[in-house]
Amino acid sequence: MRRKLFERFVERAIFLSGIAAVILVVLIFVFLLKESIAFFSQVNFFTTLFNKDWYPISEPPKFGFLPLILGSVFVTFGAIVIAVPFGVAAAIYISEVAPSRIKDILKTGIELLAAIPSIVLGFIGIVALAPLIKYVFRLPSGLTALAGSIMLAFMAMPTIVSIVEDALTSVPKSYKEGSLALGATHWQTIRRVILPAAFPGIVAAVMLGIGRVIGETMAVLMITGNAAILPHSLLQPVRTLTATIAAEMGEVIQGSLHYYSLFGIGFVLFVITFFINLMADMFLHRKRF
Amino acid sequence: MEKEKIIKVESLDFFYGKFQALINVNLRVEKNQITALIGPSGCGKSTFLRCLNRMNDLIDGIRISGSIQIEGKEILDSQIDLVTLRKKVGMVFQRPNPFPLSVFENIAFGPRVHRLARGEELESIVRHSLESVLLWDELKDTLNKNALSLTLEQQQRLCIARLVAVKPEVLLMDEPCSTLDPMATLKIEELMRILKKDFTILIVTHNMQQAARVSDFTGFFLMGELIEFDATSSIFTAPGDKRTEEYITGRFG
Repeated sequence: MRRKLFERFVERAIFLSGIAAVILVVLIFVFLLKESIAFFSQVNFFTTLFNKDWYPISEPPKFGFLPLILGSVFVTFGAIVIAVPFGVAAAIYISEVAPSRIKDILKTGIELLAAIPSIVLGFIGIVALAPLIKYVFRLPSGLTALAGSIMLAFMAMPTIVSIVEDALTSVPKSYKEGSLALGATHWQTIRRVILPAAFPGIVAAVMLGIGRVIGETMAVLMITGNAAILPHSLLQPVRTLTATIAAEMGEVIQGSLHYYSLFGIGFVLFVITFFINLMADMFLHRKRF
Repeated sequence: MEKEKIIKVESLDFFYGKFQALINVNLRVEKNQITALIGPSGCGKSTFLRCLNRMNDLIDGIRISGSIQIEGKEILDSQIDLVTLRKKVGMVFQRPNPFPLSVFENIAFGPRVHRLARGEELESIVRHSLESVLLWDELKDTLNKNALSLTLEQQQRLCIARLVAVKPEVLLMDEPCSTLDPMATLKIEELMRILKKDFTILIVTHNMQQAARVSDFTGFFLMGELIEFDATSSIFTAPGDKRTEEYITGRFG
């Protein structure tokens, strides 16, 4: 009898822990929605989204999200263009080529990369990367979207490498054997059999990489130059959605329209990352052939 | 006149680390015949088969000595081109292992990696390969279907067709029917008899009836040694070695 009660108690406790995460997400969403409705009820949703001016403290204030959204898009796009080829190549090397000792070293190294606080990466970006970009491209300042992209590529790499590596390793060995036994070379086997078989996992890795990058705040705040203007190239300073919230939340007057507009930004960000994660999930759990 | 021997194996020793899996194996395989390798689990018959296309190279810590000549060429030579060897000596595995691609792409894979053909020529190779394993009529309308949606028997035929497409000399079959039901097994055996006109076939099997039904020559392996090798009819009616007799009469194994 006591044993049975105990079992029930444990079951309930585990259930509560499991459901807590879901409840928390729902609560965050509701909170964001509530606060941002206070903003979107006073401005037109679509003109806000596509207005190119972000002057929240001028008179009258202008709350255009477009430069911020494009800032995030530019930085993320640059980071993914850099991180995906390197990440996939690294994963192929780790899972297919590297001898087991080097494999261990590399995997540990990449995990360490994931453990570096983003503010440290931002710091390195300011003192090492930005001057280099300034020098190479002859710019007035190195604090640009490109600097953000490169630093964020480092942050996305561990996610991409480990998920792609998982996907490659879980390709059945029999495919590889079949291909080699037909006289295909190792590289032909990787390109024509292993990569196609791991494709859903690779797409998911890219999606999660994007999710990781687009939500990153500290490093981009430090090294992208923080100018809320419409960017035309990666060599311009930009300001991302996340950096805007981080930079302005501290000085905004609570309850003002500006205050609520930041929640509006948060809401847009939430929706974007939600869909990216959803897509990644769909690819990861899509039935493998 | 003596028939042409396509494979000549002399004093072959094979080690996994310290364990000796093959001990002084000597064997000659006749061209366009089916040679069955039988013996209890772990006797080395699969290891032997995998020596013939150097598939064992994928395993760490192996050591091999002796000589294997295929069409007069020493294949244990470290200089030998494995791509050419494996093109000439194809392998069918225990579990059908088509690639997760379409039927067409599975067959086209070999010709593509060896740059044998493209366009219409490739299509005719695909057709001919499927015809040679008696799959063309079943699959000609569904060449774009994923190969993994076929039945196991069709998959195994497809794997054989995939080899036929690169025009090998020798087909190695490692228990090709062990995942198939008896009817499908009979059909694959029938196919082997047809294929032997064009190919030399070596088959590893657990199933002694299968060896008796399908093969021209049989080799009996035990604990890494080739105990006896002879025409199948003599092995099964008048085995020369007591151990062979005990094995084929089901005393052990």
